[in-house]
Amino acid sequence: MKKKSTFSQRLLIFLLFFFLYAPIIVLIIFSFNSTKSRSVWTGFTFDWYVKLFNNSAILSALYTTLLVSVLAAVIATIAGTFAAVGLFNMKKRPRDILLQINNIPVINADIITGVSLCVLFVFLGKIFNFKLGFGTLLIAHITFNIPYVILSVMPKLRQLDKNLFEAAQDLGCTWMQAFTKVIIPEIRPGIVNGLLMAFTLSVDDFVISYFTAGSVETLSMRIYAMTKKRISPEINAISTILFVTILLLLIIINVRQAQQEKASARKRAEFENR
Amino acid sequence: MRNRKMAALTTVPYVIWMALFVVIPLVLIVVYAFTSKAGGFTLQNFSAMGDYAKVFARSLWLALAATVICLIIGYPVAYALSKMGPSFQRTAIMLLMLPMWINFLLRTYAWMSLLENTGLINTFFDNIGLFDLINKIALSLASDPSAYQPIDHFQMINTQGAVILGMVYNYLPFMIMPIYSVIVKIDRSMIEAAQDLGADSVTVFRKVIFPLSLPGVLSGITMVFVPSVSTFILSKLLGGGMNMLLGDLIELQFMGGAYNPYVGSAISLVMMIIVMICMTVMNRFGDGEDQAVML
Repeated sequence: MKKKSTFSQRLLIFLLFFFLYAPIIVLIIFSFNSTKSRSVWTGFTFDWYVKLFNNSAILSALYTTLLVSVLAAVIATIAGTFAAVGLFNMKKRPRDILLQINNIPVINADIITGVSLCVLFVFLGKIFNFKLGFGTLLIAHITFNIPYVILSVMPKLRQLDKNLFEAAQDLGCTWMQAFTKVIIPEIRPGIVNGLLMAFTLSVDDFVISYFTAGSVETLSMRIYAMTKKRISPEINAISTILFVTILLLLIIINVRQAQQEKASARKRAEFENR
Repeated sequence: MRNRKMAALTTVPYVIWMALFVVIPLVLIVVYAFTSKAGGFTLQNFSAMGDYAKVFARSLWLALAATVICLIIGYPVAYALSKMGPSFQRTAIMLLMLPMWINFLLRTYAWMSLLENTGLINTFFDNIGLFDLINKIALSLASDPSAYQPIDHFQMINTQGAVILGMVYNYLPFMIMPIYSVIVKIDRSMIEAAQDLGADSVTVFRKVIFPLSLPGVLSGITMVFVPSVSTFILSKLLGGGMNMLLGDLIELQFMGGAYNPYVGSAISLVMMIIVMICMTVMNRFGDGEDQAVML
């Protein structure tokens, strides 16, 4: 394979990024437009941002989203990590069956996961006399987060030295101590990865929340309600804020990674020079 | 062996949770699908689906079209990306994933405002005089000029094309990523061996690169097809409610005025079977192990 790219290949990639980003950039530009028009530029304003921060429905939806995402991500990470360790130590056959079940929410269409939980909650609600709300929303989010945590912790467990756990116990650790002091630090990257993934999936989710939240509203659901009414540059303003936040986060993560790589490279060089 | 027991103990809460909130809900869907409103066993829910044959056909057709377009665009892009310099590749992959971090609804909303009748694209065409030009030509060709209706926009939103566009826009990175990650892993020495044995670049691509990238293509196809066939937002926002899809049908039975979880469950069951067939077909060709984690 010739490593060099041709002109047409570079053009293709340029066109792809134009296609991916042009709509988003237009969206951002029109968040500063002084009228509601989405095609004619009429002047610069911050009004829509001010309106956004005075919109109590959006603020409460944002609060719900953050609360459910943090809770679901933390609970799913703890539960998922314990479950992954347990699964890892199981015999092959039961483990394979459980991993198949674990994959169901990952593979299945979101709408099926949402609808099936909706059916369950309504069914149980009739028996135990409760309504769909924050509790059911949280359960749903934990449920679709756990499989992703397990999928990101499992590979780290496979890399682990099998004797480490027993060595810790031989040296006097209880099971729990060996788990928290030896295993957890070893698989921490996988756990952090799982936590971040769970959190972003929760923030981003619309379909499953829509079917399980009852009268509670998440940010995605608020946006959905707003897009149905169509005209409101406040949506553009939300998009801009979210986009800039994500961009900054990604830049920070990348810079930190680059710094860490540099630092470890320097250490290695020093070590070799000695 | 104490460890094994202890480990099994830590999985107990997980197993109970998954049984309660993953397995039982799906079992309920199956049971509901065969239950009548009165509570007895019935097949009525499935025969009622005959009325919706059009929706099924439309869903499958739009999802298939979107998948094919994604493949046609995505494969050359993934291939081109793999030829770029390493630092460009890293940035490009980040830029490719970045839109995926923006809420799905907002990405779709962006297209809504572009495609509208008074949206940016139509305004642009209007400003460069495209509609005047078309009107003039059409008027001069029309047999009855007085009956001619001049146009002032292209109908783009609320069409099937807009729904397909929405699918392609939202899911294209899911096609590019797996193909790209398979192509970059291809052993360079294989390609060199083929070249040494006299293959030209077309043959190298046809006989070496493409067959080796097939697992990526297959997981790309599933990752585009499954969300496309089950969407209900895209058809609502870009299809204008005229182009009802399977997802809309399910949504309507659970959340809409036509509240009927029994028919809704039956449709969900059929959709699950479609997804399952799609997965099995794809897994038969590729080794499905590494497609579960996509980030």
